[in-house]
Amino acid sequence: MFSPGDLLIIPFDDWVNDFVRGWLVPNFRPLFRAAQVPITVVLNGLDNFFNAVPMLITTAAFALAAWKWAGRGIAIFTLLGFAFIDMIGLWPQTMTTLAMIITSVLFCAVIGIPVGILSARSNLMWKIVRPVLDIMQTIPSFVYLVPIVMLFGVGMAPGIIATIIFALPPIIRLTNLGIRNVRGDLIEAAQAFGSTGWQMLIDLQIPLALRTIMAGLNQTLMLALSMVVITALIGAGGLGLVVNTGLGRLDVGGATAGGIGIVILAIVLDRITQGLGEKNPANTVSLRSTLFNIFRFKGSSPAAEVKKAA
Amino acid sequence: MAVKLSVQNVFKIFGDRTDEALKLLTSGKSKEDILNTTGATVGVQDASFDVDEGEIFVVMGLSGSGKSTLVRMLNGLIPPTSGNIMIDGLDVANCSQEQLRGIRREKITMVFQHFALFPHWTVAENAAYGLKVKGAKPAERREKALKALDQVGLTPWADSLPAELSGGMQQRVGLARGLANGPEVLLMDEPFGALDPLIRREMQDELMVLQKTLKKTIIFITHDLNEALLLGDKIAIMKDGRFVQVGTAQEIVSNPADDYVAAFVADIDRGRVFTADDVSHAPETMKLGTDTAEDAMRSMEDLNRNALYVVDGDDQIAGVVTYQDLAAATLDNGAPNPVLEDVMLTEYPSVDADVQLNDLYGAASGGLPIAVTDDKDRLVGVVEPEAVFAQLSGNGDDAETPTETDTSGKERAHV
Repeated sequence: MFSPGDLLIIPFDDWVNDFVRGWLVPNFRPLFRAAQVPITVVLNGLDNFFNAVPMLITTAAFALAAWKWAGRGIAIFTLLGFAFIDMIGLWPQTMTTLAMIITSVLFCAVIGIPVGILSARSNLMWKIVRPVLDIMQTIPSFVYLVPIVMLFGVGMAPGIIATIIFALPPIIRLTNLGIRNVRGDLIEAAQAFGSTGWQMLIDLQIPLALRTIMAGLNQTLMLALSMVVITALIGAGGLGLVVNTGLGRLDVGGATAGGIGIVILAIVLDRITQGLGEKNPANTVSLRSTLFNIFRFKGSSPAAEVKKAA
Repeated sequence: MAVKLSVQNVFKIFGDRTDEALKLLTSGKSKEDILNTTGATVGVQDASFDVDEGEIFVVMGLSGSGKSTLVRMLNGLIPPTSGNIMIDGLDVANCSQEQLRGIRREKITMVFQHFALFPHWTVAENAAYGLKVKGAKPAERREKALKALDQVGLTPWADSLPAELSGGMQQRVGLARGLANGPEVLLMDEPFGALDPLIRREMQDELMVLQKTLKKTIIFITHDLNEALLLGDKIAIMKDGRFVQVGTAQEIVSNPADDYVAAFVADIDRGRVFTADDVSHAPETMKLGTDTAEDAMRSMEDLNRNALYVVDGDDQIAGVVTYQDLAAATLDNGAPNPVLEDVMLTEYPSVDADVQLNDLYGAASGGLPIAVTDDKDRLVGVVEPEAVFAQLSGNGDDAETPTETDTSGKERAHV
């Protein structure tokens, strides 16, 4: 049977190899190395900070934040969960992971929110950005791990860069969506009173899109957490390394311990950021509904749970 | 009065091939033809009008008539395809973004159909929006916003959120926001369209009261002819992007330009459009002390009237004499010349010239002619009861009553 492959074999893999190895790496390696400096600075600062602050103080701070924005139940869960992590001996790794997550999310926000705003304001920009996001979301992360290692080397910073690529799309998409969904008549009113583009953005679009942007930030955070284990493959530390080591040695216990640490951290961060995005902080969630909520995982907002609890 | 806003030959065509469409339009092609050949939609065609300072200019039309497009061109929210829109010597249609922003900040503000209040700001912050955009200090903003809210009676709600207010109250905030800036021209795009009928009436009345003191130049868009006739000093009726007729309420009702306007006018409440002034005629009066009963009866016979007003030396009304009473007095007394003073009635109906016909029913049903008086109580006109009902039934000009003040009526075409 005839197939197009009989006529012509395209050496696509060779082309990519030539492009990356022969052109990109020799010419741009110093540039990419320089680009990771800010990431390294922020990451090391945060890592040192979280590992220097005593465990009890960090836990108290997170519990308070959880109480303020996510309710009493999550605050109690934070206390118990962080204590558990400490007791299974993974506190330093958890703090390293936390520093990595915060760094990635920070850079995602710094890049993603402006890109989202620009995409919302210009259809041309969105036409360009959208397929890029589609590629970023569908391409398996292992594919870009290799060129990242070639360009940036191994270690924490390349891991963060891989995480940023993986976690960036939701915040851009949801920022774009939030700004575009601001009611047209409000935009018209702002124009009719003679506001400039900046005034409209600050007074109207960002405040009204804030909930959607926060939802995007939450999604970005969750994606960053799920990338932790994969980045350990290219030399990033933290809980991902614990899991990877367990995997390599067929040490079920070690891998599970690392995994539990990630899950606890994920729940705490998810609920706090979700609470931030809500208008009214749900202060009255009972422990019962909190546990209920935890096992339901994502999807339902704390506000809905409040109604159920009441 | 000075012309505040002058619109000259404004066209708006939506679509890609606007030049071509404009050419076709000026060569007399219809809206549908142009849509079929070029794919362009004609929004507004050849609108020209002047609005005087302090005047309410109402643009009335059904949905799709281009009225919202027209009002958005006045402050440049929609750029016109061609034409000029002059406000104080500046052309909104052909100026830079910077100039346009200046005009919107200083001269023109807008009130929207669905209020368009910022949900995350308090009522006072919303009212102060225009000032914030201009860069006013917070204290000044607050003070001016509160003043504007006071004008619309919303001071107690200054620190509420818009969502806590009813529709009517939200639109008052919209109006306060428009006024706080101290604009010269206020554009109102169907401001009361989203309100229920009772609130709408209330808001219309309030706007009229407010306008008496503010004297803003207002462009008011509506799809409700009754509203247009009530508020408008001048009214433009729009159909398919074109002005069908421009005129005062009385002109439009008594002299509709075509069947389209006539069909609208058929349903309206004529009693709210016409005033005593429209149906009155110049008074023929008897002088107290000089004219005799015989003079009065002769005048009535000449003029074909049943009653005449009697005035004293200062043009003040002394009373009214009826033919019946005069005849009776002449017969009863047997005296040849009874004095008017003895026969005349001193109880007579009297109204101001701007009273609507709606409010004349009671007076007219008494049978006596109604005296129209000015602010010094001098007699300026007389309304015959028949004239009131003739005008209400739409036959005002066919009635035999001479309507000397209603000049437009004479040109009226039959519907």
